Amino acid sequence: MTTLNPNVAAVLDQAPSPPPPSALARAAQRNRGDRWFFRVVTAAVWLVPLLVIVFLGVLLVSAWPAMRKFGFGFVLSKSWDANAEGGEAYGALPFIYGTLVSAFFALLLAAPVGIGVATFLSEVVRGKLRSVIAFLLEILATIPSVVYGMWGMFVLAPFIARHAQPQLKIVQTHLDQWFGKGNVPIFQFRGFPNGLGLGTAILVLAVMILPLIVSISLDAMRAVPTSYREAALGLGATRWEMIRIAVLPPARSGIFGACILALGRALGETMAVTMVIGNDSSIHWSFLRQANTISSIIANEYGEAADLKLASLMELALILFVMTLGVNLIARYLTGKLGIKPAVK
Amino acid sequence: MKTSTRIPSDIDPLQLSIGEEPMTAPHQRPPSTQAASPDSQAATAAPQQPRLPLTVAPSTRMPPSRGVPTEPLETRIAVRNLEAGYANHKVLKSINMDVPPRSVTAIMGPSGCGKSTFIRCINRLHEETPGAWSRGEVMLDGQDLFHPSIDPVDMRRKIGMVFQRPNPFPTFTIYENVAAGLRLNGWRRGVMLDERVEKSLRRAALWEEVKDRLHTAGTGLSGGQQQRLCIARAIAVEPEILLADEPASALDPVATERVEELLLDLKKDYTILLVTHNIQQAARVADRTAFFLLGDLIEYGPTNDLFTKPKDSRTDAFISGRFG
Amino acid sequence: MTKHPTNHANYRRWKNRVVQGVMIVMVAICIVPLVALMWTLLSQGLNSVSFAFLTHLPKPPGETGGGLGNAILGSLLILLFAAVFAVPLGLALGIYLTQRDGTRLASFSRMLLDVLSGIPAIIVGVFIYAIVVRKTGFSLHLGFSTLAGSLALAMIMLPIFARATEEALKAIPRTVDEAGLGLGLPRRTVIVRILVRAAMPSILTGLFLALARVGGEAAPLLFTTQRSDFWPSHGVTDLATLKPLLEPVASLPLVIFEYSKSPYEDWKAQAWGASLVLVVLVLAIRLSTKAFTAWRYGGQGTHV
Repeated sequence: MTTLNPNVAAVLDQAPSPPPPSALARAAQRNRGDRWFFRVVTAAVWLVPLLVIVFLGVLLVSAWPAMRKFGFGFVLSKSWDANAEGGEAYGALPFIYGTLVSAFFALLLAAPVGIGVATFLSEVVRGKLRSVIAFLLEILATIPSVVYGMWGMFVLAPFIARHAQPQLKIVQTHLDQWFGKGNVPIFQFRGFPNGLGLGTAILVLAVMILPLIVSISLDAMRAVPTSYREAALGLGATRWEMIRIAVLPPARSGIFGACILALGRALGETMAVTMVIGNDSSIHWSFLRQANTISSIIANEYGEAADLKLASLMELALILFVMTLGVNLIARYLTGKLGIKPAVK
Repeated sequence: MKTSTRIPSDIDPLQLSIGEEPMTAPHQRPPSTQAASPDSQAATAAPQQPRLPLTVAPSTRMPPSRGVPTEPLETRIAVRNLEAGYANHKVLKSINMDVPPRSVTAIMGPSGCGKSTFIRCINRLHEETPGAWSRGEVMLDGQDLFHPSIDPVDMRRKIGMVFQRPNPFPTFTIYENVAAGLRLNGWRRGVMLDERVEKSLRRAALWEEVKDRLHTAGTGLSGGQQQRLCIARAIAVEPEILLADEPASALDPVATERVEELLLDLKKDYTILLVTHNIQQAARVADRTAFFLLGDLIEYGPTNDLFTKPKDSRTDAFISGRFG
Repeated sequence: MTKHPTNHANYRRWKNRVVQGVMIVMVAICIVPLVALMWTLLSQGLNSVSFAFLTHLPKPPGETGGGLGNAILGSLLILLFAAVFAVPLGLALGIYLTQRDGTRLASFSRMLLDVLSGIPAIIVGVFIYAIVVRKTGFSLHLGFSTLAGSLALAMIMLPIFARATEEALKAIPRTVDEAGLGLGLPRRTVIVRILVRAAMPSILTGLFLALARVGGEAAPLLFTTQRSDFWPSHGVTDLATLKPLLEPVASLPLVIFEYSKSPYEDWKAQAWGASLVLVVLVLAIRLSTKAFTAWRYGGQGTHV
């Protein structure tokens, strides 16, 4: 590492003591130049904390009117209505629900597949096949959110509406029979299905976070020394047993970190979700009903919001920020243990 | 006839050079008694010719020769025309060798001579590396291990391996490490498993040191202890052969000595193949020694013979430390 | 207590095969959405893309012949200025983090960069709206503009690019540093003219990968640029006063978003065309950068 010991740097910045008088002037000028250089660089670096402080400040100040008016109840309130009795009443619960449910279930779908693919790439295939699959995953990772949204809106949603919903309707009638009507309404739907809703959002999010999980889990598995694999094989383990004993356990924290990182990404995802989730600001237990996440309600309503509504949206932004921050810090801690540093979410 | 297989400690093999005989009486026989053993007769008849590796017909008897126990020996592992390499690079060139049971056979040679590759072919670990290939036969008790009908997984249970750097499974406890091979074979938790674990740890001379912390992490032990743990893990499944790829090279001298003592003890029950780059280690521990150089088996015979009267000049040069 | 040896061995073999089969199924699950997406993108998108499409201005719905020239140009413009803002700051951060590693400011900045990278893009957009775009309150009062969009993208790019720069500078061996100092050059010259120059290929790689990453973002642009149906102002006086930076600009991701929501079929078709163009653009940057790095430096690269 080419870092300079700060003490040495400090010494270099000051006029050196023993040089002969003829060189002193030149040295002083050089050190003065260096000092200015580092002053400029340091000042630039200070912009980062400044930026973060301003960011937090703006968020807090903008959200303050809502925080003052609704207090802690904001987090638990289900209403989102400009025309409620007694004035405007806004609450965060539907959006917190939408954000958490969509992200959590997306992870639930994507994690096993992602870890399985990563294991496959790390332990089972070599050479050409591995490069091809890795390349395809690279493409998946690069596709922008809006394009996923387009696909979700125009391909996945109609597909679900036409092929999945009728089947799920049948499943729902069974569930109603076994558990009583309305007790397990996870696939309940009324009216004409257009395929948009919480379920579609979950599917699109799952596809989006999949390459991330594969990539970081793969790193974690590749980091396990070959020696353990050989020890397992030497004991007479089959390939799967070798993976189970010698590869997955040491890679555990890295894989877990990958999942948490993917969760953080899913929590903050905006465009694709907004395009498929259908914009319904209430809580339904059914996966087929429409919903909203924090990011989608902000995307939908920020443009025309004012005063209290705006402040409420900013409070929602604050809540989302805290959520993603917490999740990302945990993830970086977990992957940091392996020295894996994902530079990009 | 003297049956010791050891070079006595006051002789340092490195001090020998071509033509010089050690002066200590027990290892020196007057020429008249040499005629009694057919092997040495051949040796005195053509002392300067490069000596062919010892081969026997697949029937199992080997002629007794000086320095080897006189009871009739079977061949445990017979290697025939083994060639191996990676991609375009050939590492082993047609090796032929017989390994007797219940002994330590050392494979020694300078870096890059193919000794690790050789030993990894025995348990077919070599082919797990991408691009690796091998040809030839390795017969274990007469059965060719490379035969298509043999599943490497099954076969590896009979052949245990210890590696250069101790590699206990990092997330397993000491107990779980030793039990790992058994659990794979279907052993469930219970008294019998506990007993087997204890037996293996005792045999590996580690029991006393870890019996109170069986359920702590395997990585919490010192290097030497970890290596003995790996040995315990390998012998827990009661293999018949034990392969050791420079097991002491990462250890300090005290730990090395313990591992060597352990190998000497284990050879009563196991056939051990030991790869080493340390000449003295081969001299201390092995009954027979094979000298490999650049993929060829140059010389193979009882350790005593190899060190005191190497047949090939290259062997002699290596032992004298002139290269390596 | 032990299971029957042969049965158990067979069971293990069977289990091994089943698991590997499951893994193959999972790979197939991965590939299916990709193939579906690419297929749709190509079949729907290619219908709309033509030379006119790429170079003309949009027309109202119903009129044929609209194009996305201004959106493509707008995206490139926003990316250019995002780089203009992010590069100096990123370089400064990279230099500081390698030269003054271990100081409190260094660790503090690293942590804050992590925090920054975790901010969802939509919130960055909302923040930039609040302090740059708004015409009331504590803000720069610039209105919807290219500049605002660039600032938002720069804020998202910064952690990525700063980390890439830091890694690039760290990779230079210490001896290069010492050689420069040994020649009697002042430290600032060594840093700027020797170290940064030596790290330049990696830094550029990091830059392009970061640009490819933010080029597809729509969320930060939602509230910072608006849409525009015209080319950016390009009269001589306009350019001199930097007018194009201060007016709303069209961008590919926003056009896609907007057209997708519209009820007009031809706009939806154009949205597919725009999607194809955007994907091709972003993929081209990313894949060519990675290919170049792999070709030149064989294997080693930043994990981006």
